[in-house]
Amino acid sequence: MITQRVGTEQYDYDVVKMFTIMSVIYGIVGFLIGVIIALELAFPELNGGIEYISFGRLRPLHTSAVIFAFGGSVLFATSYYVVQRTCKARLFSDFLSRLTFWGWNLVIVGAVVTYPLGLTQGKEYAETIWPIDLLITVVWVAYFINFVGTLAKRKERHIYVANWFYLAFIITVAMLHIVNNLAIPVNLTDSYSIYPGVQDAMIQWWYGHNAVGFFLTAAFLGLMYYFVPKQAERPVYSYRLSIVHFWALVFLYIWAGPHHLHYTALPDWASTLGATFSIMLLLPSWGGMINGIMTLSGAWDKLRTDPILRFFIISLSFYGMSTFEGPMMSIKSVNALSHYTDWTIGHVHSGALGWVAMVSFGAIYHLVPKLWGTTTWSVRLINVHFWLATIGIVIYIVSMWISGVMQGLMWRAYDHYGNLTYSFAETVGAMHPYYVFRAVGGIIFLVGALLMAFNVVKTIGNKTVSSVRVG
Amino acid sequence: MNHATIEKSIPLMAILTLLVVAIGGLVEIVPLFYLKSTVVKVDGMRPYTPLELKGRDIYLREGCYNCHSQMIRPFRDEAQRYGHYSLAAESMYDHPFQWGSKRTGPDLARVGGKYSSLWHQAHMRRPQDVAPESVMPRYPWLEENELNFADVGSRMEALAKVGVPYTSDQIAHAVDDLKAQAVFQSDNATLRQRYGERIAFDDFDGHPEKITELDALIAYMQMLGTLVDFSTPQPETH
Repeated sequence: MITQRVGTEQYDYDVVKMFTIMSVIYGIVGFLIGVIIALELAFPELNGGIEYISFGRLRPLHTSAVIFAFGGSVLFATSYYVVQRTCKARLFSDFLSRLTFWGWNLVIVGAVVTYPLGLTQGKEYAETIWPIDLLITVVWVAYFINFVGTLAKRKERHIYVANWFYLAFIITVAMLHIVNNLAIPVNLTDSYSIYPGVQDAMIQWWYGHNAVGFFLTAAFLGLMYYFVPKQAERPVYSYRLSIVHFWALVFLYIWAGPHHLHYTALPDWASTLGATFSIMLLLPSWGGMINGIMTLSGAWDKLRTDPILRFFIISLSFYGMSTFEGPMMSIKSVNALSHYTDWTIGHVHSGALGWVAMVSFGAIYHLVPKLWGTTTWSVRLINVHFWLATIGIVIYIVSMWISGVMQGLMWRAYDHYGNLTYSFAETVGAMHPYYVFRAVGGIIFLVGALLMAFNVVKTIGNKTVSSVRVG
Repeated sequence: MNHATIEKSIPLMAILTLLVVAIGGLVEIVPLFYLKSTVVKVDGMRPYTPLELKGRDIYLREGCYNCHSQMIRPFRDEAQRYGHYSLAAESMYDHPFQWGSKRTGPDLARVGGKYSSLWHQAHMRRPQDVAPESVMPRYPWLEENELNFADVGSRMEALAKVGVPYTSDQIAHAVDDLKAQAVFQSDNATLRQRYGERIAFDDFDGHPEKITELDALIAYMQMLGTLVDFSTPQPETH
């Protein structure tokens, strides 16, 4: 009992709990909207002619819900947990912790209200209108101060490797968000980007790809560097590798944006630079994967009994796979086929579902019993979730691979007379079965997440407490 | 320097990180603002007419960019399917750009003039009526909603602030010019004087009695890709 009392005074777990619960809720919301828009592409009549739920307005809601609401909540929860544990210090300011929680949720509510109404900036992954962008900036500055303030209070001399990644994520996202969203307001809801055409495209994808690079990668590597060694009860495989791959990753990632703009009106030198750095990015990416997976060396047997560890290892495997696929797709001749097709969508989801969501599920299952001082309600259910999630992802990715490559090939097919073999509409028709399979994969993944929510609720209320020790 | 030095100092870690992440963006972005070759000026480009601008705002509002690109790549099949590859100058007045990243539907960079306005009306009412395989949703509200165009002047003013060369004359007459294009067979001499001859005039939405959001959207689509004349060879500028 004493341990728990000291624990609650020493650390602010309340804000971690709040963000953890929201991450479960937002995960389900984000996956559900994903399933809905997947079905809308398979069955276009599904929105019933209602403007608020048409594909064009819901798709930004899906991407923002999974990246910023689900992913963001996981990152706030885990970074606040990890920075306290590794610094042996309470969060810098209770006020700033609450401000980031309520502020971030207000941002999400703002997106949920504005997107269906058609209020958008029209920039992918940065659709939020300018007043919400300002709120994001305020929350982010508060987050930075709170995080750095906690680091400053640390009782360890060294800053733990997980915190390097979280810090890089906070700094870089601030830079990207501010530069990409500079705009001149017309009224309270509308604005125009200050950048024209080509420059706007370059800045947008510099932002867009590094939303992937820093929000969905660097930060989640921070998460990985704490939770994988904890769950495996082994030290990080290589300290030296973590240094090398950290600096290489943060330096190289930022250059990769122009690979989204191959063969466009962006100058060739920029797109070539983007491709070159994207290919080099394979090395630090795999550095992280190897460091994570090899942390299990000497403890591989735990994979047989621990489904949480299984979540971590499969997430790292998907990370390795999608960071191989990404550099390959950034090669211009491959990109000529893959760009504009579902292959890109499949690639994004092998990263977002396979890596980000899986590593998050592992962290949530690890955190909940520790935060509430209970034991996991059902380990078997975690295992069921693991398999549902894995099967769902595989169905999703494979159907997008097939439809993407097929569509790319159909677009460029010529008959013997030198005419295009297929009209565009024919290529759309050919996608239908794969859009249905994709939705099925998504539904299976969503069911897994619902089981997690149930398990989390039961775990929080689990009275058969074997140990109240936190951590 | 030993890495332990960095790991023990927050300012050192934070500043080094910021420097390292800033380099790539600086190298790739900044030159685009001063290298003359980035956007080679071509004849024919003009800012959007007030009606086209409102149509473009609706294009953004409905999230059309989620499924339609406006960027034709320099490939044989794309040239045959969509027309001449897109030039940087063709999006020089776009804030934000709308190149898109996905072609669930076809590219729209040169859709202007490709179909009649009558086709567009039927298509927006129910896409499957004109393209059975289409997965596009219906947009019935566009022809029901009257266009709110009172703010078009202030929108042009905002765009002028970010570099779109709208003249004070164009801004002052924004509403008149919008009506001149949207109301079928009205006197549009002064509109043409201000924006040139390459403007689409039509009963865009099939409802001559009112100005709807569909009027604006179709006017915008009928302009896309029509401003630059590719029929005569262009001299090399660099």
